[in-house]
Amino acid sequence: MASYSTNEFKAGLKVMLDNDPCAIIENEFVKPGKGQAFNRVKIRNLKTGRVIERTFKSGDSLEGADVVDVEMQYLYNDGEFRHFMVPDTFEQYQCDEKAVAEASKWLKDQDSCTVTLWNDAPLSVTPANFVELAIVETDPGVRGDTSGGGGKPAKLETGAVVRVPLFVQQGEVIKVDTRTGEYISRVKE
Amino acid sequence: MPNTWQPTCSIELMRLRAQMLYAIRQFFLERDVLEVETPLLSHSSGTDPQLDFFTTEYGLSPLQRSLFLQTSPEFAMKRLLAAGSGSIYQIGKAFRNGESGRFHNPEFTLLEWYRVGFTLPQLMDEIAELIDLLFKNHRTLNTAQRFSYRELFLQHTGLDPLVFSNQDYCAYALDNDAPEAVSICGNNHALWLDFIFSHKVQPRLKGNVLYSVYDYPACQSSLARINADSPLVTDRVEIFIDGIELGNGYYELTDAKEQEKRFDDEIGIRLQEKRPFTVKDKRLIAALEAGLPDCSGMAIGLDRLLMLLSDSATIQDVLNFPIHRA
Repeated sequence: MASYSTNEFKAGLKVMLDNDPCAIIENEFVKPGKGQAFNRVKIRNLKTGRVIERTFKSGDSLEGADVVDVEMQYLYNDGEFRHFMVPDTFEQYQCDEKAVAEASKWLKDQDSCTVTLWNDAPLSVTPANFVELAIVETDPGVRGDTSGGGGKPAKLETGAVVRVPLFVQQGEVIKVDTRTGEYISRVKE
Repeated sequence: MPNTWQPTCSIELMRLRAQMLYAIRQFFLERDVLEVETPLLSHSSGTDPQLDFFTTEYGLSPLQRSLFLQTSPEFAMKRLLAAGSGSIYQIGKAFRNGESGRFHNPEFTLLEWYRVGFTLPQLMDEIAELIDLLFKNHRTLNTAQRFSYRELFLQHTGLDPLVFSNQDYCAYALDNDAPEAVSICGNNHALWLDFIFSHKVQPRLKGNVLYSVYDYPACQSSLARINADSPLVTDRVEIFIDGIELGNGYYELTDAKEQEKRFDDEIGIRLQEKRPFTVKDKRLIAALEAGLPDCSGMAIGLDRLLMLLSDSATIQDVLNFPIHRA
């Protein structure tokens, strides 16, 4: 893998730091008029998701990390691992719960999502920004109440719980923004 | 990219720049300080190990030779002072290779001025008056504050910047979320000061105030005189507003021998660190030998000043054509 000097650091670059794969978020050049130049870098550890700040002497370099995002289809959960497939090649990957983490509550069989691979092993799973899921459990709303205020909790087929307007009923399919966990609309079948 | 022909700064900011330049010229005209111009291309360059320069080829083979684009007009202006110019100022471009970021563009505008007979405190007074004048009608600053480097460093870190203790500095770095400083700075006192000051002290120089920081540690003396009363500090001042470094000034070194020694030391460091070779400016040394009058000099980055006047987030916002559009 190539190595990258501080002047090549930019948002999105994947590098190895403390033996973990990381993504650079922000790179600020800090230089006293008379003095050593530094690069103050904001960086996300792709294993833990933690964001840290780290300073480098300008001109220092980091090894690149072999990290790629691949579109995959979610297949099934065998109880221990979740299985994904690359649609073009039929290549399959299995992810443990640690890699799937928060994504698990939005994953429905056959849905596509992004699997981040590090050295060809799954590192994390990101669901599509918008998913369509059926409501399996919610209190019956009061008919005629279409106001925006209030709302009620609704449990979805994947286990996620989101707030929905009172008029939305059990059995209906809704569109949800997975980044915020917010209800967007009903989906007409 | 169809839009890259356009300037990155607004027409309004171009006007503000013009007003600022006009006000600066008025300021110095009223004080009888002469505006001068010096070359951007020179046979030599500063030897500062932390600066990278641009070179260009002059003439045609076989007489072709390299010239340096100036990192600052300092040496040429000092030659004018030695020739008897009296107090002078210049508004011009300076070039520093590889410096690019939110507060840096490799080509930038400097205001540099020298006051014959001024001590550092007198220079600080004049800086404050100029800043007041320029900020008037744009932003109201609170009362300007002056601190010695040591005072400020102690206050924000508890460390003594004049006495290097590897153990104390390391402990501070580990306790203050900067463990990487230990491996970056090692046993290098000046590097530790650069690291801690730029990361832990400078960001706190906020509060809508002009900060003048003086009496820099002797290991950061550059072209300033060593203080007459204390050999541990140097007659150097830096100014900050909103945590941004705006300028640097000295009670100027006039001793030709000392100047030559500092050049040689810096060239030695450049060789050690395998940085591009530069030649010392013998004409500056000859000028110092002929006699540089006692004087204080200051340089202020005008693009950053404009950022502060207009509350701009990046230097690109105040430049017509920053390096990526130049």
